[in-house]
Amino acid sequence: MGRSLEDLIIFILKRFLQLLPVLLGVIVLTFLVTHVAAIDPCPRWYQKASLAVINHCKAQFALPLWTQFWNYFTQLLSGNWGTSPLGVPVYPVISAAFPATLELVLTSMFLMIFIGIPLGVIAAQFAGRWGDHLVRVLYLSGWSIPTYVGAIIAAVFLAPFLGLPTSGEYSAPPPFPQVTHMSVVDAIIALNFPYTIDALSHLILPAGVLAFIEMGNATRMTRSAMLEVLPLEYVKSARMKGLSNFVVLYKHALRNALITATTVLGVTAGGLLAGTVVIEEVFGWPGIGAYAFAVLGGGGRPDFDGAIAVVVVFAIGVVVANLIADILYGVLDPRVEWR
Amino acid sequence: MAATPLKVRRHRRGSGGTPPRPVGRSVWRSVRGLYRVMRANPLTFIGFLLVAIILILALIVIVDPALIVPYGAAQNTGVYKQPPTLLQWPPSIQHPFGTDQGGLDIYSEVMLALPLDLGIGIGIAAFALIAGGALGLIAGFWDQPRTLGGALSVVIMRTTDVFLAFPSLVLALAIVASIGRGVWAAILAIMITWWPYYVRLVRGETLAVKHLPYVTAARAAGVRDTRILTRHVLRNVLEPVVVYFTLDIGTVLVTFSTISFVGAGIPFPGKVPEWGSMMSFYQQNYVLSTYWWYITFPAIAIFMSALAFSLLGDGLRDVLDPRTRRALAESSSFHEPPAEVPQPAATPDAAEAEEEEIEEEAREAGVAA
Repeated sequence: MGRSLEDLIIFILKRFLQLLPVLLGVIVLTFLVTHVAAIDPCPRWYQKASLAVINHCKAQFALPLWTQFWNYFTQLLSGNWGTSPLGVPVYPVISAAFPATLELVLTSMFLMIFIGIPLGVIAAQFAGRWGDHLVRVLYLSGWSIPTYVGAIIAAVFLAPFLGLPTSGEYSAPPPFPQVTHMSVVDAIIALNFPYTIDALSHLILPAGVLAFIEMGNATRMTRSAMLEVLPLEYVKSARMKGLSNFVVLYKHALRNALITATTVLGVTAGGLLAGTVVIEEVFGWPGIGAYAFAVLGGGGRPDFDGAIAVVVVFAIGVVVANLIADILYGVLDPRVEWR
Repeated sequence: MAATPLKVRRHRRGSGGTPPRPVGRSVWRSVRGLYRVMRANPLTFIGFLLVAIILILALIVIVDPALIVPYGAAQNTGVYKQPPTLLQWPPSIQHPFGTDQGGLDIYSEVMLALPLDLGIGIGIAAFALIAGGALGLIAGFWDQPRTLGGALSVVIMRTTDVFLAFPSLVLALAIVASIGRGVWAAILAIMITWWPYYVRLVRGETLAVKHLPYVTAARAAGVRDTRILTRHVLRNVLEPVVVYFTLDIGTVLVTFSTISFVGAGIPFPGKVPEWGSMMSFYQQNYVLSTYWWYITFPAIAIFMSALAFSLLGDGLRDVLDPRTRRALAESSSFHEPPAEVPQPAATPDAAEAEEEEIEEEAREAGVAA
């Protein structure tokens, strides 16, 4: 069959090795964008820096391209990701911000799965009728709202209405140590119940907006997967046994449809990560998205090393999410041979 | 093989004995097809109407803004300013979307931005369709390993994979940050990031189509590769790609406005307004819970334009996707009386049209053979 444990390990290793060329490509493309595409980049990237810094930058860019790439590549691999024009090292900032973004993205993925997928089931159940149309309007609305509009509507108009906070991770600095740097997890570890509630109320709005905006793919894919499964014989026989509609839909049909829906994880990873750039900025969430907004956006402080790090980290995030989705698909679908 | 040159000659344009295809009939058929799509799903019809309205409005703004934009371009060049008493007014009859602190009529600004935003959405999606589509066709059609085409195909797909690894917004922002801000930089940035998905889509379709019997028949008849590609494969690939394109216009609109919002787009207030930069400006400078109309109307404008294309594209995709279409028919006929089946192919004229399609395909294959 090719589905023993050793086969699984080989399967995962193989997928992992297939990633390496993509990761190398990511690093090369980022180099091309930041080092080669730019015309006279130093004054742009180091606007407020001293003349010495700008001259140093100019000297760097005067090196031959291959040397530039080698310096950039070794710097990236060594974990020393450079410093911002103000002298703040990049790597510690990003590694401190990463858990917050992970928490936000995972929460909105959770919401997306637990709201978006049932909506897809409802749409398939009422295919071509009003239930279907309503769901379609809902997910296409999310699709058509720019992230910042959704975030601003939620922060300015929805939050006062619901009484939810709109900025940061906690209302007051927490008295407990931040072990994981994920607000809710830290509060739970410290067994601090009020702070857990507080952290959740800070998390729910940004995660909800992100989930609503990216929900379309999950709902759509679930709907078409369900539409493919519903006419199959095993669903009909489940109905004929007299099982209730709910059990047939959510236990028998959805289980098969979900296999297809795991690909959603990979498909939406890019959208979710890109969404954090604006969402974290609007909601003051201390993650990589807000950092990306600062270093790549128009208003803030342009930061050469920071920009490179942010772009590479986002791309690695997407690649890893696709790897996980791929492996999950292989594990869940019994037809996939692991060898 | 001896007969091959003769048949190829017969196949050349103008020398064949086949009757000329009736043009009017095929136009009529596509109109009828569109009608069936609309009838199958009211949302698709609404999307179609909205798209039509938006396109007409944009056309009017381009041709003669004075018709629907009362204060027109004059207020952006500083010639016309609202009187001081009219600053920061909420929506009223003279100013349906209100005025801002600088005295700009927001309705005029929103309308003037329409052609630019729409043009960017359609233009970038079209570029991605053509560039990505061409690469996808090449990668899908010449994919035999150990040939020049196969090597090219591998290069194209690896490059596409790398581009797909980036969230397009982040890569576009990096490009803008690196080459300099401004509207052209933003457009170029999205163009560079937008094509890869089309490569994947078109390649998949090409791989599926190129082994169908009619293509094999054409190949057996000795038709040249390039001709098979343009005449036989391209046509069947086109439909799903164009549907995706329709859906994509809305996504491009939204992404461009996001880039513009993050601060890489056109400066506002300037000569030509743009929705994203407009909202960015108001959001940074005013308390939005008080001056709600500053941001509400540009937001509605962008939402409605994106939604229009999404509704149309999503509906078309549903009807044209044979998997969903078949499933839709079967699943609804299972627990519904057949009268309510929302299935276009179940109606006689649809069946007839499908027959026609098969006939035409046979004719095409006949031409090729």
